[in-house]
Amino acid sequence: MTQPGRSGIRWSNWNLLLLIPLALLITPIFNRSGPALFGMPFFYWFQLAGVALGVLATAIVFAKTKDKPTVPARGTDRDVDTLDEGAGR
Amino acid sequence: MRWTELIVFVVLFGLVTVLGFLAARWKAGSTLDHLDEWGLGGRKFGSWITWFLIGGDVYTAYTFVAVPALMFSAGAAGFFALPYTVILYPLAFMPLLRIWSVSRARGYVTPADFVRGRYGSSVLALLVAITGIVATMPYIALQLVGLEAVLRTLGLNGSGIVGHLPLLIAFVILAVYTYQSGLRAPALIAFVKDILVYLVIIVAVVYLPIKLGGWGAIFQAADEKFKATPAPGDGLLLNANNQLQYATLALGSALALFLYPHSLTGVLASRGRTVIKRNMSALPAYSLLLGLLALLGFVAIAAGTKPLVNQATGNPDTNTIIPNLFAGQFPAWFAGVAFAAIGIGALVPAAIMSIAAANLWTRNIYKEYIRRDATPKDEAKQAKFASLVVKFGAVAFVLFIDPQFSIDLQLIGGVMILQTLPAVAIALYTRWFHIWGLVGGWIAGMGWGMIMLYNIPSADGKRKHFGASALKLGELNLFGWHPFGGTTVQIYVGFIALVTNLVVAVLLTLLARKLKVFNGIDQTEPADYHVDENSAKLRPVATH
Repeated sequence: MTQPGRSGIRWSNWNLLLLIPLALLITPIFNRSGPALFGMPFFYWFQLAGVALGVLATAIVFAKTKDKPTVPARGTDRDVDTLDEGAGR
Repeated sequence: MRWTELIVFVVLFGLVTVLGFLAARWKAGSTLDHLDEWGLGGRKFGSWITWFLIGGDVYTAYTFVAVPALMFSAGAAGFFALPYTVILYPLAFMPLLRIWSVSRARGYVTPADFVRGRYGSSVLALLVAITGIVATMPYIALQLVGLEAVLRTLGLNGSGIVGHLPLLIAFVILAVYTYQSGLRAPALIAFVKDILVYLVIIVAVVYLPIKLGGWGAIFQAADEKFKATPAPGDGLLLNANNQLQYATLALGSALALFLYPHSLTGVLASRGRTVIKRNMSALPAYSLLLGLLALLGFVAIAAGTKPLVNQATGNPDTNTIIPNLFAGQFPAWFAGVAFAAIGIGALVPAAIMSIAAANLWTRNIYKEYIRRDATPKDEAKQAKFASLVVKFGAVAFVLFIDPQFSIDLQLIGGVMILQTLPAVAIALYTRWFHIWGLVGGWIAGMGWGMIMLYNIPSADGKRKHFGASALKLGELNLFGWHPFGGTTVQIYVGFIALVTNLVVAVLLTLLARKLKVFNGIDQTEPADYHVDENSAKLRPVATH
């Protein structure tokens, strides 16, 4: 899943989660006043809640991709130091 | 004169000045005479410092006064700042890791350094560097506008050159400690700035609604105000015409943000990829803050706050709405704290921006075209000097030219910096685009973007040019052809300019490939884009 291609791009399907917050660009979803929350129209509290959505997306991608080696295996380049990647944290 | 506020302000301002000078010795490396140290703080900032630094850098004093001011006058359309800063981090997550790695592996200090290495083209790198400098300059000037809004509310609202004197003093102090301490100064001051900002905003969004009868009453007051105005574009919700503008402006601003050299400086100064990943989840805390702060524009409506008349220009200045709201609603000492938060909030980004512009000048113009044999020590010296020039250039802007000009330029700057997206962000992933495709795309996007902006009058009709960034799609004119004739839907100019840029870049790339034009030499390797802090063979910091 994260094998380096010839271009050096590594891909994990978890990265797709990063697209979900883009829903905040689809204004018809939230451009309405009801239901209100604490006197705040839907338009405002929905987008404020969107902050949590963004945090969730980046946090999950971080957690799910962090144990992968950060340096692609390139023949002889893989030495003891690269095997230690991520173990320190 | 508001004495209590002024004293609190001066004390807090004095505190950060001391910090600014002490910063030179904070986590000091072996030398300050190297851009890795002066310009990037030794490339070793951890998660917390990076959080404060980037937060202090992205959420500027101008943001703090201008976003609520926009909500105050336009309503829902001003709230774009929230979706903008929400989608920002998921979008930037992966490209930022790649640019950090390649910069760490190759010793790049600026985005233009990366372009130089990726394409081996000094022309393309020069375009990126100049775009960065020109887009950053008015941004620094705007920080001064934010600072001055506070100083004038404090009672230092003189006319003529005397009216600008407090601003000048504040900026000389800033210039001197940035010169001495480099990026470590704003990094350390950002702690004070952000803690004050969090304190003030949290108190404001809890205390003020209680005082004014709750959020329901506040939104009702705002609704009544917008219904009473004749302007069609304002209101508590978006209308049919400005929804596309809202979305494209949020998207365009998010794509542009990390292309600004100062935001990238904060990223490159971090220690490793984990620090950046953590911050992509932690920085949205500032977005939440910004969203709440934006609502203070409505609070100001409910509280009946009026903008202050700027004695230097004679016009009411809507940027004084938030300082005036604080002055009217808070006890004097806490208003002083709030003013200090905004004032110090201007210093942090102004310092980082001037450092970023100085780095660009030194690395991509001075070393590339003026003194090719410059040593790292020469570079550091040149950058320190350049940071002074940049800052005083910004002061001159505010002093001698109508502040409105800075606001116009900043609007233009956002459209401009977006035109470096193909050469910087896309080049992180692929070298498919040809050098001349990128150059041609830049020229097309930049040129048409400027023409479109020039032709947009301001909403009140007082100014004919550079009045806004919203273009009526019906007026979109492609060599006399109106593809969307008749529609009144609005869109962000930068978005159209970027699409133009990409289309031209693709066409010219296909042409250049067909003619087999030389496409430069890529000095980077695929593995460079994945190195991390513990990788073997990492380039030592501040040695060459």
